[in-house]
Amino acid sequence: MAGGNQTTTEYIQHHLQNLVFGNHPEHGWGFAHSAQDAADMGFWAIHLDSLLWSAGLGVIFCWLFYRAARKASTEVPTGFQNFAEWIIEFIDSTVKDSFHGRNKMIAPLALTIFVWVFLMNLMDLIPVDLVPWAFSLLGVHYQKIVPSTDPNVTLGMALAVFILMLYYSFKIKGVGFIKELTLHPFNHWAFIPVNLFMEVVGLLAKPFSLGLRLFGNMYAGEMIFILIATMYSAGLILGIFGGFLQMGWAIFHILIITLQAFIFMVLTVVYLSMAHEDH
Amino acid sequence: MELVIIAAAIMLGLGALGAAVGMGLLGGKLIEGTARQPELGPMLQGKMFLLAGLIDAIPIIGVGIAMYLIFVVAPGLGA
Repeated sequence: MAGGNQTTTEYIQHHLQNLVFGNHPEHGWGFAHSAQDAADMGFWAIHLDSLLWSAGLGVIFCWLFYRAARKASTEVPTGFQNFAEWIIEFIDSTVKDSFHGRNKMIAPLALTIFVWVFLMNLMDLIPVDLVPWAFSLLGVHYQKIVPSTDPNVTLGMALAVFILMLYYSFKIKGVGFIKELTLHPFNHWAFIPVNLFMEVVGLLAKPFSLGLRLFGNMYAGEMIFILIATMYSAGLILGIFGGFLQMGWAIFHILIITLQAFIFMVLTVVYLSMAHEDH
Repeated sequence: MELVIIAAAIMLGLGALGAAVGMGLLGGKLIEGTARQPELGPMLQGKMFLLAGLIDAIPIIGVGIAMYLIFVVAPGLGA
């Protein structure tokens, strides 16, 4: 964190800068030292922080549920096992009433998506300056701890869901899927171009809106946290007011976090169940 | 360069307008439905939260992009 009086824009810029490792035109492979460096890297710029935080959270999710499963006992469930049972039943019932196909992989996928996206969003509640300050002691100056504020992460997950959608569509409907794309809604060969255009736009809008919805919510939420954080340096009264604002927004943000994770899961299940429908 | 800020403001404003109208209608219908059949209250509320998330999907995407415009594009930083 640059000492002295940093302008607000610099402060905001600093908090928006990812830890980028990439192939710089002049310096070759290495860490980007500024947003300009990262921009110059163009395609070969890997957001290390988003990768490591999301992978780490994924490992935590798997380990937690593995431990709960291994220690599962038939007596009165206590502590984490109680929580795990509740979540699994909740997601199982949600998947049952919105997924009409027969596929063993859907409920675990829904559970993974819900808990993993929820954990990723949960990072947004950590005070804005805490982790970057800690990491700057270790010499890492740029850090974004919330993976879901990185469009690459959210669009990547949406792309994975899109590939699953296409796979199941072809696997279950086969030629029917092509027929669906070309002969819906106007069932006549002359309308094929019109149908194809409308169906393909609808098909592509699904993953795109799925990914950008999560990104938009989390990016806007984190931006407001950063803006509130800039109030702390503006004198005592504004600082205290900023504290209350941050607490209020954090409490409201808890609803947004769970809601967005839930919506991402429900929409994935709905899209996959549409892929499984066989007319 | 100031046009970026105006563009972001329009994006935020129109998105908020649409989301507000949508949420208002949704809330009204929820109260109406619950008043008609109180025992369906919890289920309706669950559906309402899901739809509330879907309604403000596009405006929030607009907010995300508007904030990107304001804080990254306006100061002339980043690609």
